[in-house]
Amino acid sequence: MKAVVHVFLKPGVLDVQGKAVQTALHGLGWDDVDDVRVGRVIEFDLAGEDRAAAHGRVDAMCRRLLANPVIEGYRVEIAP
Amino acid sequence: MKAAVVVFPGSNCDRDCKVALERSTGAQVTMVWHRETALPPGLDLIVLPGGFSYGDYLRCGAMAALSPVMGEVRAAAERGVAVAGICNGFQILCEVGMLPGALLRNAELKYVCKPVALEIVNANTRYTAAFAGRRQATMTVGNGEGNFFADDATLDRLEGEGRVVFRYKQNPNGSSRSIAGIVNGAGNVLGLMPHPDRAFEPALGSADGALLFQSVMASA
Repeated sequence: MKAVVHVFLKPGVLDVQGKAVQTALHGLGWDDVDDVRVGRVIEFDLAGEDRAAAHGRVDAMCRRLLANPVIEGYRVEIAP
Repeated sequence: MKAAVVVFPGSNCDRDCKVALERSTGAQVTMVWHRETALPPGLDLIVLPGGFSYGDYLRCGAMAALSPVMGEVRAAAERGVAVAGICNGFQILCEVGMLPGALLRNAELKYVCKPVALEIVNANTRYTAAFAGRRQATMTVGNGEGNFFADDATLDRLEGEGRVVFRYKQNPNGSSRSIAGIVNGAGNVLGLMPHPDRAFEPALGSADGALLFQSVMASA
């Protein structure tokens, strides 16, 4: 199975990278862009067949290491 | 008096901390590699130095927080040994959960490297006693991710319990409530972004950092 973890700063936590990218996009003429957030994607292979169990394990990995719950939220996808 | 400086791969202020401690307090300083699973006996202070441990991979301090030595550092802190995390060391202490909050990328995205004026918010800690009632100090910051963040409830608690030790006079990086340094509930674990190790003798522009080291060594 393939696990994909998306990590983003929580709403309300200032994302200065997102803000800078948004300013740059505006500068290129894409004025309608709003609320840019820059996050991180972490992918890895995971042994086993049980997707629900895999989801639980990856969730634990996020809480322990992959995300910092003080400032970041995360979303887990498990693909076959 | 004995102190240890933990060396992580990517630490770059470890030797500065050793020299600063030796010259300002006369302490015997041992360098401890991050893979050690035991600390020297009889330590009065453990310093987690500045730098870019593990190249700041994943998040600043996230990988160092899992280094074998950190279990010993935590155990020593629970016994009351003073632990000071400076800059990257502060980030590590937050990542490992020994201090609340986290350090975000600086507002304006700039790496900020300059002397800053600090208000000594709490002059009655183990780290500030030698300032003898002085309410201002100058130390140098050098960081790209020194923007202290915590939720409002945590910030209120830190302020209410006198755990905000240093505040920037002029906020250089967007830190919540201009916080530059905090202590844990027991008062023995300090995290601060400014470097006392870059301000320990007049030739460096300020000797105020020496007072911090003298305070904590005298408190042991």
